[in-house]
Amino acid sequence: MSENVKRKSNTKMVPFPSRAIVPERDLGKRPVLECSHLGIDFGGLRAVDDFNLTIGKTEIAGLIGPNGAGKTTVFNLLTKVYQPTSGTIMVNGKDTAGMNTVQANRLGLARTFQNIRLFNQMTVEDNVRIGLHNQISYGMFSGVLRLPPYWIGEKKQHEKAMDLLSIFHMEDLANEKAGSLPYGAQRRLEIVRALATNPSLLLLDEPAAGMNPKETEELMENIIKIRDQFQIAIMLIEHDMNLVMGICEGICVLNFGKVIAKGTADEIQQNPEVIEAYLGRQREDEE
Amino acid sequence: MTMFLSNLISGISLGSVYAIIALGYTMVYGIAKMLNFAHGDVIMVGAYICFCCLYNLGLPPAVGVLASMAVCTLLGILIERLAYKPLRQATSLAVLITAIGMSYFLQNLAQMIWGANPKSFQTVIPAGSLTLMGGELKISYVSMVTIAASVVVMVALSLFVGRSKMGRAMRCVSEDKGAAQLMGVNVDLTISVTFAIGSALAAIAGVLMCSAYPTLKPTTGSMPGIKAFTAAVFGGIGSIPGAMVGGILLGVIEILGRAYVSSELGDAFVFAVLILVLLVRPTGLLGKKIQEKV
Amino acid sequence: MKKTTVSKLVHKYLPYVVVIAAFAVCQSMISAGTMPRTTKTLLIPVCTYIVMAVSLNLTVGISGELSLGHAGFMSIGAFTGIVIAAYTQQVFNCSELLQLLFAILAGGIMAGIMGFLIGIPVLRLQGDYLAIVTLAFGEIIRNVLNCIYISLDGNALRFSFNRPDLPGQLLFRGPTGATGVNRIATFTAGFLLVLFTLFVVLNLIHSRSGRAIMAIRDNKIAAESCGIDVTKYRMMAFVTSAALAGMGGALFGLNYSTLVPANFSFNASILILVYVVLGGIGNITGSIVAATVLYVLPEKLRAFADYRMLVYAVVLIAVMLLTNNQTIKNFLVSFREKGHEKSGKKGGEAV
Repeated sequence: MSENVKRKSNTKMVPFPSRAIVPERDLGKRPVLECSHLGIDFGGLRAVDDFNLTIGKTEIAGLIGPNGAGKTTVFNLLTKVYQPTSGTIMVNGKDTAGMNTVQANRLGLARTFQNIRLFNQMTVEDNVRIGLHNQISYGMFSGVLRLPPYWIGEKKQHEKAMDLLSIFHMEDLANEKAGSLPYGAQRRLEIVRALATNPSLLLLDEPAAGMNPKETEELMENIIKIRDQFQIAIMLIEHDMNLVMGICEGICVLNFGKVIAKGTADEIQQNPEVIEAYLGRQREDEE
Repeated sequence: MTMFLSNLISGISLGSVYAIIALGYTMVYGIAKMLNFAHGDVIMVGAYICFCCLYNLGLPPAVGVLASMAVCTLLGILIERLAYKPLRQATSLAVLITAIGMSYFLQNLAQMIWGANPKSFQTVIPAGSLTLMGGELKISYVSMVTIAASVVVMVALSLFVGRSKMGRAMRCVSEDKGAAQLMGVNVDLTISVTFAIGSALAAIAGVLMCSAYPTLKPTTGSMPGIKAFTAAVFGGIGSIPGAMVGGILLGVIEILGRAYVSSELGDAFVFAVLILVLLVRPTGLLGKKIQEKV
Repeated sequence: MKKTTVSKLVHKYLPYVVVIAAFAVCQSMISAGTMPRTTKTLLIPVCTYIVMAVSLNLTVGISGELSLGHAGFMSIGAFTGIVIAAYTQQVFNCSELLQLLFAILAGGIMAGIMGFLIGIPVLRLQGDYLAIVTLAFGEIIRNVLNCIYISLDGNALRFSFNRPDLPGQLLFRGPTGATGVNRIATFTAGFLLVLFTLFVVLNLIHSRSGRAIMAIRDNKIAAESCGIDVTKYRMMAFVTSAALAGMGGALFGLNYSTLVPANFSFNASILILVYVVLGGIGNITGSIVAATVLYVLPEKLRAFADYRMLVYAVVLIAVMLLTNNQTIKNFLVSFREKGHEKSGKKGGEAV
């Protein structure tokens, strides 16, 4: 309780945990993400409207909704690809207003993309090293003149990159060109790269798209493994309901830019509004 | 005041030539997504053809202009078929270098045929000028014809692209080549027609330009080519009205810059204005904003 | 596994090997007296153009930005170098070697500063718009140089804009450029400059900064989402490229007794770009070979006299068609794969 009061005093946030998906989860600690009244207009179209969400330190959250509901737009708002028209985003208690994508990443937000965005001409290992860019660093002059910081940094980067690749057993692929990998492997590599930036909240945009059931199964295990191992929060957009219902502890449903339901998997599955959004109103369809 | 007016008119006249050349650049860019660096040299070829018709064959000016348009149209189609069509799937840089190679080729071919010495091109338009405001303001016939010709070209082209079936096919191909093909548009033909029109316009521009600035040599086309390319970017490359506006503005800026800023720095002034415009509007005056979808 | 490490090593050091081998051959030919005079005069320009091509490849191939104004930086380096060489000779009475060293350094620094200033507006743009602005800056540099006069009055350098009536000895006079330049550039210096350029560019590419630059080229949005400061690294590539071009320019300038700004027109920039593209975008060894062959080729084609530039143009178009046409490419790849099963690489996109 006392922590709650203290938190309120140094942030602009409205009281919580009223907006949390799962109120009783680890929200006693400061949540990793707090969005309030987030919204964006695209030339008159309200793509996301009054989006409120709180995610706890080690929560796995799901963001679902029909096509065009604004899910990816939420990710773009969080990572500052778009600047919100209204509302605030707090990451680890810091307001991200006016920040750009790079600053948002340094604050602890890392993401993958719906349409895979790897550095295709570069090797798998180099892709991960880009993720490590700000984690293990040395200057340009050390690099060009091959000074000791270069050798130390390169060695550390290599070890760390291999370590991260081992999560998905991808060490053997380290020297392959990222663009030449099969689809599933590209998705996994994107997750590794995002993880390399040492995030506190990992945003996965359709991580299982294009994967077969076996790969999806492995992915689910790995997402949980990543959360447990790195003690981070993960938020994912996904259409595969087995995955969402299987691993997400809290789920938020978006339709036409508005949140229509929040809750646990069971609650969402029972929610009539959600069923309507996905399947349409049964009566009207029949008439 | 009259000084300014006369500068303004010569600026518009020069700008009209740039606009006609820029139209060729911008149409080809819009449809083939390539910078046709050889376009400037087509202007030069057009001017030489007209020169030959007038001096070597003694034909009347109108025939000379038509002949140079015909030759340039063929040349444009030929260049596209031989050099650019095989590279339609290649990277844009590869096409750019090929275009540069084509530009070298045309320049050196012209040098072999007509020699490196400048030829003095006598105007196809009667010399003299219209005197206005009690003799204070003189407008040469060349300027008047140039401006009139460019207006005619622009109106005709706008109508063609906006109203005709081929024009619709061109707009369609420029938006999405694959979809156009699926809808039964003959993409090869459309691209050829674009090159043909662009090159015919280049021929007109060549004759007009050499009538106003009567020296003709194998490199005559390169600087106006670059300026017109600049004009096309200035207006927003790919946009036809953009090329017209960009061309005329560029001509006016160049002449006024030479007159009032510094005669040596005229070109620098033009490019400086271009840079400023692009900083304020990164895709030119009338260019479409490109936003990458994430 | 071992084979890949060996091929990786070869790949990494191939540019050095090529350059050192070429230098050794040339030196032995010179000392044996078997090198024709006409070839000898080509050595320093070839070194310069290798530096130019490799540095432009950093912008075009590694950073992925089409620059059409590289000759502008070369001209800044050249004229700065000429002035500094004359100045250090007169004022500090430096030896020729030191003069050359200072000239090259000053050329690099000056071009680097200009690169930074030009980079601020240029790097806010993208694609063809960026290309046209580099072209514009190249032309502006040439135009402004046409109006600058520099003289050495006693121990002081004097500058003026558009006024040739400066006291002292005129070092640089606008459109007529620099005349009576002391030709202090040497082949060995050129060779060392090439090595230096390779050292900087290759080490940059294979380091943290270089990877960031390439990541931005491959996918800007993804790079940003990985926390990479896009402007910083694009600028790093652009300034490094400009500074190296300035150094190359200084070497070039001190190889001729007369040099005018018109030497560094748009066509000169294009010439360098041709080397880079024909050598393979992003392929450093390719740039070295292409710059050498394509610089020497027109000189050796003098036998064709009037036809030589025509032949050059035809060769250029033919090479582009042969290397970039998809049908021909597929045919060559299938042919190669039949020959030895291992070569899975298509085209020359290697770094």
